Amino acid sequence: MRYNEKELQALSRQPAELAAELGMRGPKKGSVLKRRLVKLVVNFLFYFRTDEAEPVGALLLERCRVTQEEPSGFSISFLEDPERKYHFACGSEAQCQEWMGALRRASYEFMRRSLIFYRNEIQKMTGKDPLEQFGISEEARFQLGGLKA
Amino acid sequence: MKLNERSLAFYATCDAPVDNAGFLYKKGGRHAAYHRRWFVLRGNMLFYFEDPASREPVGVIILEGCTVELVEAAEEFAFAVRFAGARARTYVLAAESQAAMEGWVKALSRASFDYLRLVVRELEQQLAAMRAGDCPPPPRRPRTLPPKENGCAVWSAEPPAASPAPNPAPSSAPSSAGASAAGSRPGPAPPPLPPRRRASAPNGPLCAGSFARLHELYGQEVRALRSQWLRSRAQP
Repeated sequence: MRYNEKELQALSRQPAELAAELGMRGPKKGSVLKRRLVKLVVNFLFYFRTDEAEPVGALLLERCRVTQEEPSGFSISFLEDPERKYHFACGSEAQCQEWMGALRRASYEFMRRSLIFYRNEIQKMTGKDPLEQFGISEEARFQLGGLKA
Repeated sequence: MKLNERSLAFYATCDAPVDNAGFLYKKGGRHAAYHRRWFVLRGNMLFYFEDPASREPVGVIILEGCTVELVEAAEEFAFAVRFAGARARTYVLAAESQAAMEGWVKALSRASFDYLRLVVRELEQQLAAMRAGDCPPPPRRPRTLPPKENGCAVWSAEPPAASPAPNPAPSSAPSSAGASAAGSRPGPAPPPLPPRRRASAPNGPLCAGSFARLHELYGQEVRALRSQWLRSRAQP
């Protein structure tokens, strides 16, 4: 699949929601744990060799599942193949919980559901649609049902 | 750079509702021909397929950080997805009708995760403020002096009578009285203030770093609308 790699590289240089040096192990059988600089930017998780400016790779975090892996680690897998896991080892349980929380909230789809939730709550309390002030109340992406493909 | 392309392909073709879909012509490169492709916008990803029945996208345009503009092109209903930076690619696309083009420009302009996050944060704060109860009414001022945006009074507290500058007409307008009294720069009264932001919003959308982004986002819309208006004026 073609993609605009330059823009993805530029994105990897943007300020991160969360960044840390973690142990990382790929999903392939026999892969070993390596130290990586892991950086969460919008709905992408970038991972760098600790001394390099360009990422080794990126994971788009849509339709993913974040699972705790003992001890003080977690894994990311994707809905279409739940057994294929990217493993991460954290320095502490607290760091692990912090990352798991951030990754679960990092998808566009999660953000969208939050917006719809807040919109409904505010509308219930005030009787007014809070998206009107932004001029986006009719946007398909913020409706409960959404557009059909 | 490695990318979880298989997961990307599943995200492209999953059952969930899409944010926009339709045929667009995509220019291959600067001097290349247009190819008709089936485009699907989901979140901040713009996928393109050979046709609606394809099981895997030909490619994807990651939309974070882009601006969307109308363009002058040989093709009708053309618009561009532009990225900043040296050697950045500009994607020139063309819709099949005016309405489709406008729909795509609107949808793509608001597709970034960044934009969505700003809106969510704003609503989050609104809801939190509502749940915390009503804001106390602003304290009554002895004189109706317009405050500066940061809450400090613009004008000094000296009464007009103490002012060395002559003030021929007894002015009831606070700004002119204030201007003479404070000896501040003469000039027109300050423009009306925008709606007050809640003070308890340290991470609100208008905090230092995000204001630039908010400005840029609204600027995109303004630029797109302006181009559109100029084009419509140019037509007889």
